[in-house]
Amino acid sequence: MTTEAVASSAPPGGDHHHDSGHHGPEFLAHHFDTPVQQFDAAKLGMWLFLAQEVLFFSGLFVAYAVFRNWYPAAFSVGSHLLDWRMGALNTVVLLLSSFTAAMAVRSSQQGNQKQTSTYLIITIVCAFAFMVVKYFEYSHKIHVGILPGSLWNPTAEGLEEVKAAAATSYVGEGLPYHIRTFFGIYFVMTGLHGIHVLVGIGVFIWILKRNMRGEFTREHFTAVDISALYWHLVDLIWIYLFPLLYLID
Amino acid sequence: MAGEHTDLNYLNHERGIKSWLLTLDHKRIGIMYLVSVMIAFALGGVMALLVRTELAFKGETMMEADTYNQVFTLHGAIMVFLFIIPSVPAALGNFFLPIMLGAKDVAFPKLNLASYYIYVLGTIFTIVAILVGHVDTGWTFYTPYSARADSSVVWMTMGVFILGFSSILTGVNFVATVHKMRAPGLVWTRLPLFIWGIYATAVIQVLATPVLAITLFLLAMEKVLTIGIFDPQLGGDPVLFQHFFWFYSHPAVYIMILPGMAVVNELIATFSQRKIFGYMFVAMSSVALALLGFLVWGHHMFTSGMSEYATMVFSALTFLVAIPSGVKVFNWVATLYQGSISLASPMLYALGFIALFTIGGLTGLFLGTLSVDIHLHDTYFVVAHFHYVMVGGTVFGFLGGIHYWWPKMTGRMYNETTARWAFALVFTGFNVTFFSQFVMGSQGMPRRYYDYLDQFQPLHMTSSGGAYILGVGFLVMTVMFIQSLRSGAQAPANPWASAGYEWQTTSPPHPHNFAVDPEMTRGPYDYHLCTDEELFDGLRAPEEPAAEHAA
Repeated sequence: MTTEAVASSAPPGGDHHHDSGHHGPEFLAHHFDTPVQQFDAAKLGMWLFLAQEVLFFSGLFVAYAVFRNWYPAAFSVGSHLLDWRMGALNTVVLLLSSFTAAMAVRSSQQGNQKQTSTYLIITIVCAFAFMVVKYFEYSHKIHVGILPGSLWNPTAEGLEEVKAAAATSYVGEGLPYHIRTFFGIYFVMTGLHGIHVLVGIGVFIWILKRNMRGEFTREHFTAVDISALYWHLVDLIWIYLFPLLYLID
Repeated sequence: MAGEHTDLNYLNHERGIKSWLLTLDHKRIGIMYLVSVMIAFALGGVMALLVRTELAFKGETMMEADTYNQVFTLHGAIMVFLFIIPSVPAALGNFFLPIMLGAKDVAFPKLNLASYYIYVLGTIFTIVAILVGHVDTGWTFYTPYSARADSSVVWMTMGVFILGFSSILTGVNFVATVHKMRAPGLVWTRLPLFIWGIYATAVIQVLATPVLAITLFLLAMEKVLTIGIFDPQLGGDPVLFQHFFWFYSHPAVYIMILPGMAVVNELIATFSQRKIFGYMFVAMSSVALALLGFLVWGHHMFTSGMSEYATMVFSALTFLVAIPSGVKVFNWVATLYQGSISLASPMLYALGFIALFTIGGLTGLFLGTLSVDIHLHDTYFVVAHFHYVMVGGTVFGFLGGIHYWWPKMTGRMYNETTARWAFALVFTGFNVTFFSQFVMGSQGMPRRYYDYLDQFQPLHMTSSGGAYILGVGFLVMTVMFIQSLRSGAQAPANPWASAGYEWQTTSPPHPHNFAVDPEMTRGPYDYHLCTDEELFDGLRAPEEPAAEHAA
């Protein structure tokens, strides 16, 4: 290293604000040299975070694979107990929100503050719609006692539903014991995904507020960009959850 | 620069408790981590002494079996999750990674501070679990027992879940920092090997910790909602828990050992005054260990009921770990060859590391061998093996690092004679404690047992005696460091005459690490390219006193 420079030009006494050669824009943090470096670091950080998200969910997918392999009949009946129309609706809603999130990034890159806000609002509304649909699905399951593990306690209505589902599945008659395991996995997977959607709503409300304050410009849209990245992952996980839980035979 | 003292440093440029608690300076966050992990270490150490005291004599010595189960659980959980995982990366790594990169800070300073408070929050959860509850599952939380035991297990697992987040955020921060914040001229092939080690560790932290998080989350769900994934009564699979758990916890072993190795690289180079032999091989062996670490989790479960074919594959993969480990050991020894070796206290820890890690590593091969493992599984042999790697390896590396960087972090020197005595006590105590456990294990003494047969009495007694010597060693070391803080001599910028980048700034460092943004024109071990001034240790007169006047 060139210590000569360090040695000879070390400021005598205290130069508190030591920002030598650092005349960047206001949003540039003191420890970065250029806005590009700051943007790249943030983006890499988010990708790393997404990698850990994928591994976080991977445990659930492994559990799903193991138990579907062990209890195929239970999974078939369990899947038929879920309303694929609700799942499909939510898929469409999330895909739309992912599209508007991407459009929000694009418009903030173009410096179009108003349009960014509009897209962000649509994204938030879609995320809420997703949670509302999820709420109806959950509350019905809880109402009829179709619950995980030892909480499994179907009411008469619930039992009718289970029988109907078994009849439409390849199982036909008889109720596989481990439907409760399927619902254990269903509730944990969709529950954790739901928590991620809620976090996403919080993040986008925060981004929307910052956007309305005019914090984002053509040069500085990092937060919008990486929030959208997160949202695409939440969307992507659902793309896998939907067929694996709702559409198996 | 070397001899002179500019008054401004990271310790005095801001004052007051708030300037510490809300700091975004990686150096201060590193110090806060250091203090926290040392407290955890002391706590876990007391637990260890309690365990060894109980085991010194046959039958009940000072606590009931039930209490004993809790105490060894706490020893394990505290040492693994609160101490050893954050020890080198979060404390020393936080302090030195940006400095060694010539950066002003880590890429995400706020995230860094957040990770510290998340660590504190996780610690609180863990302590609450200790105080209110009855956690006696061992640090591994194996199902089905953990899913049916006292509900404080949920608190404990939530604590570890939160600590995992802290670890992940630190990892994300470090990877991004190494990729994006290197000073001009600091190409990958010039990266200090400490950075390579911490980088490999950070990658594992990011990729493995979330699997532990989901495992513990599922365990908590198993208890709260009884989802039936791990509990065989509900159709679940307890071995699946072990697969999940070790998919994290084996890579976690490398989260623990790689930073220890990373420190040793720096120590060996500095105290041999020589370029590390086979730099690229040592760097790549860290990456190789990080990758191989993901492929060997099954060797914890040879007797748990896996398919025979799986055990054979896992056994073979386990042996592969010996290759990068061997590369490191051989390269360190080759670096010593014809080096100008100084046996200063940090170097003693580095040499201790090589010896003890070699024993720990080679005994790992015994355990990776299927037929031998049937005999040794869950015996004291395993306990001795991982203590040789974790304590003889990581803790020795950590202690060596603290001694080595103490002058840089605090601006004070410590008493070298006392430091060597402390080393002698720690090294002796450690070997007495754990070598006797190798012998007991090979004779069939099972781990975690409260009581034992007559034949093990002398060895148990020896092991407990060693634990006390170890304890005294740590006590001496603590007194020495406290004394250094109170009345130690002012440290020069580069007391060890190291070529490392971090020694080219003042001790303690400038708030922005370097008074002038550095540019790297040589590698961190290029002693032959260093000027005399760069290697000036502040003690002997520099060859060109004129340089000082110029400054």
